[in-house]
Amino acid sequence: MAILGLRRPLDLDKFPIPRGQVYTIPSRCKGCNFCIEFCPEDVLVESTNLNAKGYHYPVVAEGKEDACVNCGFCRLICPEFSIYTEEIKAQEVSP
Amino acid sequence: MPTEIVVESHPLDPLFRADRLPHIWCPGCGLGPVMACYAEAILDSGIPQDNHVVVSGIGCTARIPGYVNIDSYHTTHGRSIPFASAMAVCNSNLEVSVISGDGDMFAIGGNHLLHAARRNVDINVICVNNFNYGMTGGQAGPTTPGGARTSTSPYGCYEAPFNVPWVVASLGAVFVARWTALHVRQLKNAISHAMEKKGFTFIEVLAPCPIGFGRPNDLGEGLDEMRLYLEECVVDPDVDLARANIDLRQKEPIVLGNFVDIERPPFTTVPEAFRE
Amino acid sequence: MTSLRGERVLTGRHFMNGDTACAEGALAAGLVFFAGYPITPSTEIAERLARRLPEVSGHYMQMEDELASMCAILGASWTGVRSMTATSGPGFSLMMENIGLGMITETPCVVINIQRGGPSTGLPTLTAQADVMQVKWGSHGDYEPIAYAPSTCQEAFDFTIKAFNAADRYRIPAFVMADEAVGHMTERVVIPEASEIPYVGRKRPVPGEQKLLYETDDSLIPAMPFAGEGYRMHVTGLTHDERGYPDTTPEPHERLVRRMSEKIQRHADDIIEVEEWQLEDADIAVVAFGSTARTARRAVSNAREEGIKAGLLRLITIWPFASKHIKALDGRVRAFVMAEVNLGQMVTQVERFTSKPVLRANHAGGKMMPTEPIYDAILEASRAN
Repeated sequence: MAILGLRRPLDLDKFPIPRGQVYTIPSRCKGCNFCIEFCPEDVLVESTNLNAKGYHYPVVAEGKEDACVNCGFCRLICPEFSIYTEEIKAQEVSP
Repeated sequence: MPTEIVVESHPLDPLFRADRLPHIWCPGCGLGPVMACYAEAILDSGIPQDNHVVVSGIGCTARIPGYVNIDSYHTTHGRSIPFASAMAVCNSNLEVSVISGDGDMFAIGGNHLLHAARRNVDINVICVNNFNYGMTGGQAGPTTPGGARTSTSPYGCYEAPFNVPWVVASLGAVFVARWTALHVRQLKNAISHAMEKKGFTFIEVLAPCPIGFGRPNDLGEGLDEMRLYLEECVVDPDVDLARANIDLRQKEPIVLGNFVDIERPPFTTVPEAFRE
Repeated sequence: MTSLRGERVLTGRHFMNGDTACAEGALAAGLVFFAGYPITPSTEIAERLARRLPEVSGHYMQMEDELASMCAILGASWTGVRSMTATSGPGFSLMMENIGLGMITETPCVVINIQRGGPSTGLPTLTAQADVMQVKWGSHGDYEPIAYAPSTCQEAFDFTIKAFNAADRYRIPAFVMADEAVGHMTERVVIPEASEIPYVGRKRPVPGEQKLLYETDDSLIPAMPFAGEGYRMHVTGLTHDERGYPDTTPEPHERLVRRMSEKIQRHADDIIEVEEWQLEDADIAVVAFGSTARTARRAVSNAREEGIKAGLLRLITIWPFASKHIKALDGRVRAFVMAEVNLGQMVTQVERFTSKPVLRANHAGGKMMPTEPIYDAILEASRAN
């Protein structure tokens, strides 16, 4: 019986997991926490600072700098259009 | 990757009247994601932004057209559907969408919804259901679950709500779906599909209204209601729609999905004898 | 297929009823979209257009009620086409909400009211003129309508065309306030060549020039973009600023409502039309409109035969009101007689602008105003000191 997880496709290297760069507009954030809660990779946490409206906007959590896979969920779910990601293309990654 | 990069503008900003942002909706309101999905669907539709038109009635949801940077028409309470139907009839190059709320569409606008669906007018209808009249402070509406508390049902709502997808499917709408403000990918895809489809399409979107509905009914803040969607929603497109009722306070599954996707001749004002 | 295509303008001499004449007038004016609901005595307009609009590649939509009908013609107008609905009293009441929407969004369209006895279901098949104040005050808020009152089937044709031109020129819903007597009578109607039909279109923005879509010049009439042209404009029933964005504070509200009111008042002299008959030397001015003007003319001529110097001021437009004409007559005549098939509505407008006695000839509805009450009032007016 095959054990799941031990079968590695031969061409797995052709399908790299995307990597994403997070962009934020802290002044727009209203602290709803949707992006923080629903990011599949738990990339985001609340900042310790407040924006001018008094909300804790999202920042990338310590140790999670390489975790974003550019799924785009935060861009779709944010009610205030204050966060999005863009794919970091392979050649942009510094060696 | 460095940490987040702080910027001044968002890729969706050209779709919005950025000089009117931030919008008026409360923190935790589900309307922001709905608007983002609609804007993404416009971008992906292959139809020029100038050909998109959005019509709404009155309410928080109906404020969406004010923010989207396309020809937008903010009409009277319940009357967006006949206004939009006429636009679709007079100019078939327009991609006409109607975005309004549960009270606007199912109470005062109910009659117009019945007839537009029956006729199969080519409009894309998005009905955001937050179970109350939010703009006016959280009153009971036609989708408020029985027993729920609102400012006009302080002892618990006396009435049974509409089973929205069941009603609309029964009228012959060619596409009937229900998603939530959390299920943004499926919602965006459903809106895109509705734009491609000819005929009357209808998408119900459940959205948190923390001030009007959430707090009076112990559903917490917007985030709490989104977590509830995550726990309780089940995607079941083949469900018997007669059982698609919702009561957010009960711990029962809420069915989501693209329930109906059929073909039917769209409405036309050109009699058969006149068609070349 | 081509044999089913029809002509928009049925040039020639016809024997047709007032409702049909309204429908043909609309077609001659370029009507593309009609949305309506059957209601006596206007149903013939819908029936005629249901048959004729497909012949000229137009659209007939039968809506579920008059609320939808009024909304639909507003939506159609924003795609750039001429649109119209037709109704009677009960439907007119339902349309009031969205007449207001048409006013504040400055949407050109035409509403025909073939008036019948009211209130409520009233006298469905019989005439009255009791909605003439409703057209001005029926929707909430301040607004200035333009309304025409035809007296003959020819005028039903002609004034419908006037209404479309006024609606387009002033960016406003315009009204044809006929009464059932005219709507259901059958008379000669002469339809001219298409090239002779007057046409005044909407003011249009110049691409690239105008940023604020509700900004106006001295005419106070904003240019109108159409959906799909790329102006990406926001049209709202909320009070709005010159960008069209909602601005629900006192100053923009004052600016907007006053501008819309002034827009009509500033052009009142161009809009108002009257017919003066035997008024040059008159002592008694009879004021009437619609079907009542016909019998008023007979009453005036009977009075003249008895040596009474009566004359007729016929209101062609009932709104804006011909206040200047009343004021001018106030200086010359001894008294006015206002004849209308209602219990005294337009007479209040006459009374406002004169200090001379104003006698009334009224009845609540159900028949054309007979000559006798008008003649009796003229007689009484002539005997008063």
